[in-house]
Amino acid sequence: MTDGPRIIGRDQLARLVEVLTARGYAVVAPTVRAGAVVLDEVVGADDLPWGVGDVQDAGTYRLRERDDEAVFGQAAAVRAVKPVLFPADELIWRGHRSGTDFAVTDREGSPQRPVAFLGVRDCDLRALARHDEVLAGRAFADTRYQRRRAGTFLAAVTCAEPGGTCFCTSMGGGPHPENGYDLALTELLDPHRFVVEVGSDTGADVLAELDSEPAGAQDLAAVHDVVAHATESMGRSMDTEGLRDLLYASAESPVWDEVGNRCLTCMNCTMVCPTCFCTTVEDVSALGSADAERRRVWDSCFSEEFAHIHGGSLRTEVRSRYRQWITHKLAAWQDQFGSLGCVGCGRCITWCPVGIDITAEAAKLRAAAPLTVGGAR
Amino acid sequence: MFDESLKSSARPKLAVWKFASCDGCQLSLLNCEEELLTVAGAVSIAYFPEATRGVVEGPYDVSLVEGSVTTPEEIERIAQIREMSRVVVTLGACATSGGIQALRNFADVAEFRSVVYAHPEYLSTLARSTPISAHISVDLELRGCPIDKGQLLEVLGALVEHRRPRIPSYSVCAECKRRGTVCVAVAHGTPCLGPVTQAGCGALCPAYERGCYGCFGPQNTPNTASLSDHLVATGMSPEMAMRVYRTFNAASEPFRRESERQERAVVASGKGNAR
Repeated sequence: MTDGPRIIGRDQLARLVEVLTARGYAVVAPTVRAGAVVLDEVVGADDLPWGVGDVQDAGTYRLRERDDEAVFGQAAAVRAVKPVLFPADELIWRGHRSGTDFAVTDREGSPQRPVAFLGVRDCDLRALARHDEVLAGRAFADTRYQRRRAGTFLAAVTCAEPGGTCFCTSMGGGPHPENGYDLALTELLDPHRFVVEVGSDTGADVLAELDSEPAGAQDLAAVHDVVAHATESMGRSMDTEGLRDLLYASAESPVWDEVGNRCLTCMNCTMVCPTCFCTTVEDVSALGSADAERRRVWDSCFSEEFAHIHGGSLRTEVRSRYRQWITHKLAAWQDQFGSLGCVGCGRCITWCPVGIDITAEAAKLRAAAPLTVGGAR
Repeated sequence: MFDESLKSSARPKLAVWKFASCDGCQLSLLNCEEELLTVAGAVSIAYFPEATRGVVEGPYDVSLVEGSVTTPEEIERIAQIREMSRVVVTLGACATSGGIQALRNFADVAEFRSVVYAHPEYLSTLARSTPISAHISVDLELRGCPIDKGQLLEVLGALVEHRRPRIPSYSVCAECKRRGTVCVAVAHGTPCLGPVTQAGCGALCPAYERGCYGCFGPQNTPNTASLSDHLVATGMSPEMAMRVYRTFNAASEPFRRESERQERAVVASGKGNAR
């Protein structure tokens, strides 16, 4: 039955949440919280953002009421998959002191239910692929990440309405999920239905529990139209030609001074970035307790402490921190992992309190670069 | 600091001192209800008038100092406290930056005195409210109005364990993002000082959909000018942009500089009451 894309009705979305829940997953999907669409645990399809849209631009995000009932009619949610699979604060071990002895008593932390993500986008999937490589694909794997990741179910959706800060098409992606999903849904209106593509055996098993029928040529043409429209609706773009060399040649660019004057070093960009993976390790002990914990918490190259080594911080100036971040994202990441560290989700642009725009900064660097660098100017 | 000087003390002797302040920060110690017995077991509370009339004479291993210096007597008293304390930790915005009472630093205290008091001649007060660090060397400063109870316990724990306390100097935004709070500035348009303010409160106000009002004072590298420019560009008056920095940490250097920059803008525009 999974030979080709199938169609499910609007009511089957509730069934999908039920099926995933019955299979033991915590279902994490877009939902409205505190004036934004976030990815969070939902208990039923009623928790999904039916008829809710968003307006995103540099440093600003607002919900809006849609004039239709679309449920996935928003751009990327505030928080991506990252906080679930790569928690902001995670126990590495817990230990106990008795006399002069010390023993590790816990390396696991509390067990987590496997998570089924519903409604993640292609940018999220590509960011996840980056994390898979960085965290689980190298000599020393993050076993906690691996364990969580292995049990994860991914029901992605086609991004029908990219936001004002989106530029995934510049970074090798697009509105339609291409890889790494169990199921991929494309929402169609009039009548309200979803075209479902299967990406794994588990996905096929889940789909088999829903009422579906083969998608017709008309449905597939409609999917094509949605994708084509979304591809043309990117709010931003980035020229990636020769980007790596451009960044390296721009080490002393005057652009850093200018952006350094605006950057707040608040860390928001790195925290919302779905690929940023820097952490620090903290030892925690409570007053009067013989127990201690070692925890791993999100860190950021925008703090002075981050680059603190013997003798002081390497990056006392704001300009050098912004340079470090964008150079890693767009250039050094290519040397390190063979891909761009940016998937074009636009979150760093939207959630920067003063609206610093990575695409604009890259363009300024290109404009300020010597003619010989980065291909065509 | 904590690891070297206290190694000989099995149970450090703790003193709590009050200068110009509202008592809220030292109350935070008493508010450690569940942990209070643990605290009392881990340190010897030798001098703490708000909690007990019992006094154990100095010297002390640790002095927690609340409040700012606003009178000539306090200048002498803080020097004496430094003399008899191995470690001095300031508690809260008053002790660390001068507190709300440092608003006098931007005005004429003689005028205030004459307006408020029937007999101003009985009053002996300084023209400026200053932080403890303006008078003595301070080993550690805890921020906030009031301080965070968890941070106080962390410092006392570090003291007893002879380790470095975990007191972050980065922005409140990091705490918002780690706990998953939706940004009130970006998503609601609520003015928020989180990006320029030091973490430590757990990003309390934004968790209740309010902007951070900066009670923990400036973060390690605060770009107040950029934030103010953005606030003014998105509709805040320069007068208000000045006032948001004139609260609990008005006299902290970065906040003072920024409020004075906005004050000059107000004066230049000829609008509003710049004080």
